[in-house]
Amino acid sequence: MKTVDICVIGGGPAGLNAALAASSGGASVLLLDNADHLGGQLVKQTHMFFGSERQQAGTRGIDIAVSLTTAVQGTPSIEVWLETTALGLYDDGVLTVECLGEYRKVKAERFVVATGASEKMLAFKGNDLPGVYGAGAVQTLMNVFGIKPGQRVLMVGAGNIGLIVSYQLLQAGVSVAAIVEGAPRIGGYLVHAAKVRRAGVPILTSHTILEAYGQDSVEGAVICQLDQAWQPIKGTEQKIPVDVICLAVGLSPLSDLLWQADCRMLYIPELGGHVAWRDESLRTSQPYIFIAGDVAGIEEASSAMVEGLLAGYVATLDIGLAPSDVSERIRAAREQLVELRSGPEGEKTRLGLAAVQGEAR
Amino acid sequence: MSEQDKDIIVCRCEDLTLADVKRLISKGYRTLDELRRIGRLGMGPCQGKTCRALVQRELQAAGTPLKHQLPGTYRPPTRPITLGSIAAGSSEEASKDAQ
Repeated sequence: MKTVDICVIGGGPAGLNAALAASSGGASVLLLDNADHLGGQLVKQTHMFFGSERQQAGTRGIDIAVSLTTAVQGTPSIEVWLETTALGLYDDGVLTVECLGEYRKVKAERFVVATGASEKMLAFKGNDLPGVYGAGAVQTLMNVFGIKPGQRVLMVGAGNIGLIVSYQLLQAGVSVAAIVEGAPRIGGYLVHAAKVRRAGVPILTSHTILEAYGQDSVEGAVICQLDQAWQPIKGTEQKIPVDVICLAVGLSPLSDLLWQADCRMLYIPELGGHVAWRDESLRTSQPYIFIAGDVAGIEEASSAMVEGLLAGYVATLDIGLAPSDVSERIRAAREQLVELRSGPEGEKTRLGLAAVQGEAR
Repeated sequence: MSEQDKDIIVCRCEDLTLADVKRLISKGYRTLDELRRIGRLGMGPCQGKTCRALVQRELQAAGTPLKHQLPGTYRPPTRPITLGSIAAGSSEEASKDAQ
């Protein structure tokens, strides 16, 4: 059994910062990730971040991944296990993992669960045809491996991910036939929407995909208009010839480990579904488990990074291995989170967090 | 249930269609756990990450609002692992046993 002070599960923006914070006062830290590299979704993000300078606005996600990964690798008290999947989190503080085909156990005083989120799927005819992708997969193909997913894409979903990936497809020389969005309005930031509109891509709100058609792979999509009750309006069906259908219809927190460990879970739609109850330090109802990033509620990477810091610092306090200025660092992280969530885009998160705080532990 | 439902895959791992899910719900299976036991929904490699939200939507359409739906039981492991890996244990422990 591997024994460490603090174990961080997930090496994305939240987990990288949680590991750095957790090790800042001398604690031994184990950082796990199921990919063969650190950075999580940051490595696919070729666009620049918003927010203020403290949250690295103006920097591309992929550059943030490089700088955080370098910092982690330069910290001897952080051990990194890649290609490692967390399998089970038990209420005696033991985690089981599969590391390169080997079954291992990890005992830690504190855990920071930063597992992120998974992409949502849609039910439509032909959704199993080759050529139907999640937006994350399209980003991986293009931005990590340099492979175009196809020639002409129908994007489903006009949230930030759908808008940004559409723009990245255009940058890669792939045409985007249209973006369809079930809601009556565009969900993502208008600055992203304006960019793809200027490039001539129509954004069809109150529209959805009915069917993907094709013999052996996607040859086109049937889309239609939706009424106010989100029901298809007969007679509005239209065929769009495309060879790729990209789904960007939202994310669900990956909270399997938190359910397993019997953390109190709440259904908070504003945060993306079921999330763990947590206090203002991101501690769950199981005192030895903290959460940070998308698993705590679907948000931007900028807040995930700050949540990672906050959870990491509070965990060091618990075990008496905090840096000397920990209270200052915790206060700064809390202030940054308030700042990041202060605008109109942060309203959903604010509502969601208020709902969590209204619940007893 | 429409004719098209037979061609809509809901659970990719276990190859269950929307028609399969609707038929089970109409038989009275109204929770994720019941549907899993009777239909294997969510028991494949992805452990429900793809189908769960789609099934929840059907349960909602059948009269159980999302916030009142039972979440279903989550057990380790999060992903299939071979018995061989577990039986072998970690190399660390094996060397300790040998001492």
